Amino acid sequence: MDTVRFVSPKGEVVGELPISDEELLAGYEAVARARHFDERAVVLQRQGRLGVYAPYRGQEAAQVGTAMALLPSDWMVPSYRETAAALTHGLPHSQLLLYWRAHAEGWNYPEGVRVLPFYIPIATQLLHAVGLAMAGRFQEEPWVTMVYVGDGGTSEGDFHEALNFAAVYKAPVVFVVQNNGWAISVPTERQMGNVRIVDRAVGYGMPGVRVDGNDLVACLVTAREAVERARRGEGPTLIEAVTYRLAPHTTSDDPLRYRDEEETVRREEEEPLRRLRALLAARAVWDDEREAALVARLEEESRAALAVADATPEPPPESIVEQVFADLGPDQRRAWEALREG
Amino acid sequence: MKAEAVGIRQAGEAARGVTMVQAINDALGVALARDDRTLLFGEDVGHMGGVFRASDGLQERFGTDRVFDTPLAEAGIMGLAIGLALGGMRPLAEVQFAGFLYPALDQVMSHLGRYRHRTRGRFSLPVVVRAAYGGGVHTPEQHADSPEGVLASVPGVKVVIPSSPERAKGLLLAAIDDPDPVFFLEAIKLYRSQREAVPEGHYTHPLGRARVVREGDAVTLVCYGGMVEVCSKAAEVAAREGVELEVIDLETLVPLDEATLLESVKRTGRMVVVYEAPRSGGFGAEVVARMAEEAIYYLEAPLLRVAGWDAPYPPYTSLEHHYRPDARRVLEAVRKVLST
Repeated sequence: MDTVRFVSPKGEVVGELPISDEELLAGYEAVARARHFDERAVVLQRQGRLGVYAPYRGQEAAQVGTAMALLPSDWMVPSYRETAAALTHGLPHSQLLLYWRAHAEGWNYPEGVRVLPFYIPIATQLLHAVGLAMAGRFQEEPWVTMVYVGDGGTSEGDFHEALNFAAVYKAPVVFVVQNNGWAISVPTERQMGNVRIVDRAVGYGMPGVRVDGNDLVACLVTAREAVERARRGEGPTLIEAVTYRLAPHTTSDDPLRYRDEEETVRREEEEPLRRLRALLAARAVWDDEREAALVARLEEESRAALAVADATPEPPPESIVEQVFADLGPDQRRAWEALREG
Repeated sequence: MKAEAVGIRQAGEAARGVTMVQAINDALGVALARDDRTLLFGEDVGHMGGVFRASDGLQERFGTDRVFDTPLAEAGIMGLAIGLALGGMRPLAEVQFAGFLYPALDQVMSHLGRYRHRTRGRFSLPVVVRAAYGGGVHTPEQHADSPEGVLASVPGVKVVIPSSPERAKGLLLAAIDDPDPVFFLEAIKLYRSQREAVPEGHYTHPLGRARVVREGDAVTLVCYGGMVEVCSKAAEVAAREGVELEVIDLETLVPLDEATLLESVKRTGRMVVVYEAPRSGGFGAEVVARMAEEAIYYLEAPLLRVAGWDAPYPPYTSLEHHYRPDARRVLEAVRKVLST
């Protein structure tokens, strides 16, 4: 077994399904919720109601499946592509809208939410995840940290340093590489000499697992094993979730400049939501009525979240120099007064 | 017999005072004892006690969980410190030489200085990064760099540079108590060159205040770290000729104590700022700009900089002293501002 897979692109179960129907349905709803958010966000961006947005169409199973393996007390460290993972781990919908409309309150979210802000500088988050994981151990809080990076991010020096540090300290961290085939315009085969990212785990002395990133069940089961391993004090795991970025890099990107439309159309056949629907149909655990109720619920959630985001007041100009330090320093004080006067 | 010998040695050292690196070691030990969340780490800081012995004996006292070696990777050290702080710890990271900080600058500029601001206070990073800096002891290339101006230009991080054992301990303990990230740069030249009585236990010197180390009325000399002894020496020489120079040790570059500088410069009407980083774009340029903005009508002479030349620090024994400012060059500048 090389790439872990339990559900084929057509929705057929390979071997035996290792999760209950109840969990499968929870996973389906979370994936549907993620898809709903993404499609809605692209529309809002086109309407000028969000800023530049990084869509994740096609990567929902990789994100939701791994996120479902966490307990609420575990920490998640996402990059900017991981809206679906963050949503699944409890970051409020309205907060995500605020972030994607570049509102200053985007990352000022409730204390109990154990998700760090989205990371923009590529791979820098991996080191923070190692430190955060170790902090839990020092405080005898049994949290595990799950951190995400893309295939392009594995080229950065921080990727190497983080995996090495984690292995040396046996940090309770799970590294999830979403290999979506593209780093903006550069395909994986021009990004690295060995496209099997999982092979790198051997070099660091940690287990590595390659998983079909469009198979929610495989992602959940694989991540759960890695999380449990970390929780037992046995150290880090590298998961390579092989998926595909059906969407542009961001709403500012035009993929037609670097890849064929036919390729994207063909890859749509492997995408996770379609696969889950086929699986649910085969198991006869879902019907149109339940689907309609779910869609109504998601639409209501979107409406409510947008209302909260719209009602969040814009901060005054002088807030630019607040929270540079805990207290305004003399230089911030001077700037604060200048901004306040206008 | 052995214990007794150690006791005699320690008593002897207390009477003679301690060096700056011993005072720093003392401060680190005090901090580790005061707060369980405090962790000390970096390259060779654990078993070996650091390349300058700043953490000598601390792993033995506090254990391998709290005082530990890291793999050889500066971005890793910085990122680890940030992650630990996000998880509620109080990291004390050592980077062996400030010239080795460059691989970590992404972490510094992208995250260390931004996290509080990005999250509007939801997260803060009480991280202290210590690094040895500066020249004067014939180190190899990179080891004598003074990148304090680079660090001072990053919003959200504080920069502290002590110039004596007693000040170093109090400033380091204040940096450790601070809720925000602090770079604590230690002049290699001063690690063992002077001894001073240092109070036992915990005490702090507040950050953000400059210190007048010598009062005078002729010219204000502004300096920090390794340049404080250079300026003090220049002031002694000038005093023999009846010229009293005021020497101000900034101690904290960020946040800068502009009020103390302004009070002095408005009184003397003349200022020379001394630093060993390359002249252009160095921290002294910032000091000069501020005095030009706030005190121009009080000035009797141009504001001058005595600094490293606009070249990389020369790692050559026979040339180094031509680069690093000394009392002779400081006095030349003093003569120049007094002759106008």
